[in-house]
Amino acid sequence: MALLEISNLQISFGGLRAVDDFNLNIEKGELYGLIGPNGAGKTTVFNLLTGEYKPDEGIVKLDGRDITGKSTIEINKAGIARTFQNIRLFKQLSVIDNVKVGLHNQYQYSTATSILRLPKYFAVEKEMNDKAMALLKVFDLDQEAEYLSANLPYGKQRKLEIARALATNPKLLLLDEPAAGMNPNETEELMKTIKVLQKDFQMTILLIEHDMKLVSGICERLTVLNFGRILTQGDTKTVLKNPEVIKAYLGE
Amino acid sequence: MKSKIAAMSKTSRDNFKTYAMVLIVYVVVMIFQAAGLVSSQMSGLLVPLCVYATMAVSLNLVVGILGELSLGHAGFMCVGAFAGAFFSKITENSMGTFPRFFLAIVIGGLVAGIFGFLIGIPVLRLNGDYLAIVTLAFGEIIKNIMNVLYVGQDASGLHFSMTSATDLNMDGATGNLIINGPQGITGTPFDSTFTAGIIILMISLIVVLNLMNSRDGRAIMSIRDNHIAAESVGINITKYKMTAFTISAVIAGCAGSLYAHNLASLIATPARFGYNMSIMFLVFVVLGGIGSMRGSIIAATILTLLPEILRFMAGYRMLIYSIVLIVIMIVNWNPKSRAWLAEHNLSRFLFKKHHEKKEVK
Ligand SMILES: Nc1ncnc2c1ncn2[C@@H]1O[C@H](COP(=O)(O)OP(=O)(O)O)[C@@H](O)[C@H]1O
Ligand SMILES: [Mg+2]
Repeated sequence: MALLEISNLQISFGGLRAVDDFNLNIEKGELYGLIGPNGAGKTTVFNLLTGEYKPDEGIVKLDGRDITGKSTIEINKAGIARTFQNIRLFKQLSVIDNVKVGLHNQYQYSTATSILRLPKYFAVEKEMNDKAMALLKVFDLDQEAEYLSANLPYGKQRKLEIARALATNPKLLLLDEPAAGMNPNETEELMKTIKVLQKDFQMTILLIEHDMKLVSGICERLTVLNFGRILTQGDTKTVLKNPEVIKAYLGE
Repeated sequence: MKSKIAAMSKTSRDNFKTYAMVLIVYVVVMIFQAAGLVSSQMSGLLVPLCVYATMAVSLNLVVGILGELSLGHAGFMCVGAFAGAFFSKITENSMGTFPRFFLAIVIGGLVAGIFGFLIGIPVLRLNGDYLAIVTLAFGEIIKNIMNVLYVGQDASGLHFSMTSATDLNMDGATGNLIINGPQGITGTPFDSTFTAGIIILMISLIVVLNLMNSRDGRAIMSIRDNHIAAESVGINITKYKMTAFTISAVIAGCAGSLYAHNLASLIATPARFGYNMSIMFLVFVVLGGIGSMRGSIIAATILTLLPEILRFMAGYRMLIYSIVLIVIMIVNWNPKSRAWLAEHNLSRFLFKKHHEKKEVK
């Protein structure tokens, strides 16, 4: 059984079919790429998977469980976390606090415990700090833990978003253009980090990306979207050689 | 002691400074008062000062931490004032001063908290400036209701009316009018003191600062910074908006009850509980720095005492007041003046640490 099973997903905005008859299966531990020209409907697919939009039709199953039409919070709790094409950090919070918000649902203490500063507060906060620092270390952000997240350079902000998503302990990670705005060195580093997530964290990853070097370098399989419809899907090498893909997307 | 302070995190150190500031002001005022250096007009302002500073902290929780706008915070203060005073009136002869006053403050907070909760349920589910509109209406409605509410007590219990005192149909011999429509509540025991005010302000500060620096507080601030991202990591937006708003209403209610026990007659006049008052609290928050509790308290203090200090200038008083307002505004928010303050190491006196920009590489 695949970890993520999407069948016949569809949504329209007004007259526009933004996503139509979208089917996709992703196996556990896979690194999967979703590509296509601007406006093809890639981000819309993410928004449908995370409950931001409710599909007009179709079924989404995670680990065999139907999550179609559930709320964003329920879907996150079920095991899908994401990053955003336009970075959405908690700008006035420190870097470590951004990650600790991601850890929110895995650590518990009551409002009264925090106000009265009971021993449990200190114990749980310490655990959260340790966990958050460990995550920041994976992304080489531990030195900047106390900085205001808005003051991080662009590339590090993108990484922090991934760290925050990972903090929710997901089964599936959705990355929306993680390398956008990064220089070649940063992109290279990001590729390595994504590989680490797959190998060491056994993470299943679906990513949207325009950087062909990154896509061909790390994705095992691809789906190409064009005008809301699937143009082709299959293993990366075959897909990237497909003349239709070259015409629609790469060839300009 | 010194090494202990150095070992604290930056945030705890910052909070510690805020507590220290309040306590130092308290001690200095007490010494001055003992030495007979505080005029009677000034003395009369001490309790209202604590009330306004607490209101500023309460409103800053909504505006600065939750990122929502409330334009009716005086309404919660009004509810707390009447609930607290009412309780003190009916228990005046049956309880000792301290437990009665303590309970009156708690009841003021609880009743205001219930109103905050009830308003929050429909409004905080929505995204947008609905809270501002609804709280604005709430403030005005509460004020008007308190002006037509009659409550009396006699041997058979409590009587309520919205038309007149005679409609209460009380037993003439034992009847006792407690809330008398536009005349409000008179003869509430004068239980409020500067010390009580400082204690309430300190507790409010501890509650808000501890909340900010906790799991719930981070959730609340994440909603303020980006509610879409907050939802994407599983934060229950409505729940945490409700938490912040209800706590804020409770604090405002406590402040109101404190206020009521400092008044010979508690009347829901526009000057005390109207829209202008709500806006004044907002001015404290904005001038002191949105999200900075210390700034709110400083702004509330300066702006409450200023008219009194300037009293000798008679007609020019309000002119100077406005100029000071504008100057604080410019100094506090102008990027150039902030840069200048930062350069001269003065900004730490005015802003909390989070506002300082730090360059990374
Ligand atoms: N909420 C919305 N309302 C109307 N149109 C939308 C909405 N979200 C996406 N669209 C439209 O759907 C199409 C696909 O957008 P998107 O998924 O963002 O493309 P991309 O593949 O570049 O990520 C675009 O034409 C976009 O304008
Ligand atoms: Mg997109």
